[in-house]
Amino acid sequence: MKIYVTSVFVDSQDKAEKFYTEILGFKVKHNIPLGANRWLTVVSEEEPDGTELLLEPSDHPAVGPYKEALVADGISAHSFQVQDLDAEWKKLTDRGVEFTTEPMDAGPVRMAVFDDTCGNLIQLIQMKDA
Amino acid sequence: MTDDQLDLIFKALSDSTRRRIIDHLSKRPAQSLFEVCAASVAEDGIALSRQTVSQHLAVLEKAGLIEIEWKGRTKAHSLSVSEDDIAAASWLTKYKPKGNET
Repeated sequence: MKIYVTSVFVDSQDKAEKFYTEILGFKVKHNIPLGANRWLTVVSEEEPDGTELLLEPSDHPAVGPYKEALVADGISAHSFQVQDLDAEWKKLTDRGVEFTTEPMDAGPVRMAVFDDTCGNLIQLIQMKDA
Repeated sequence: MTDDQLDLIFKALSDSTRRRIIDHLSKRPAQSLFEVCAASVAEDGIALSRQTVSQHLAVLEKAGLIEIEWKGRTKAHSLSVSEDDIAAASWLTKYKPKGNET
């Protein structure tokens, strides 16, 4: 058994597709029309055959309050790993990404949190001993 | 300051975790619940549950020692210690032995 896809609830799939590809640099892997929405997944360029991230619509009524409560407490919906957090922070900041937590050390990792503009906070992690 | 307010301040200060949270917020204001938890792990090596931290923050807020503001859609906590709070927490100084005044 393996984890082939994981998801993040996005306010708009169109907006999310732009943000996750143009700003974060992921590549679209699947883009399949599915009624009013799409089965839209992205992958990391570093791992094109790796786990896919499903940009899932937020239609279900439970999703709004769920996302709102997580954001209120500053809790990220997802976590991505990077090699050099401070370089990534600079790159994304230059692209207009808004960080809610600037890079900071947290035990064995260095981390930061940004707003994905689709209703989620996303954490970036660098393993310090890697 | 009333006795009730004094009770709240002393209660808030009567827990080492809450005193550490105050220390962290003095260094970096406007922290979310998530950041307070992360700071606890990073600086004290103590992993506290969000539920626990949330309760500690509520006690500090009730005592008026921290204030809440919204950073966008995220709730941020900052230290808010007034002269009155400091005077109140110095309650014992009125019994300072005479002749030792500096």
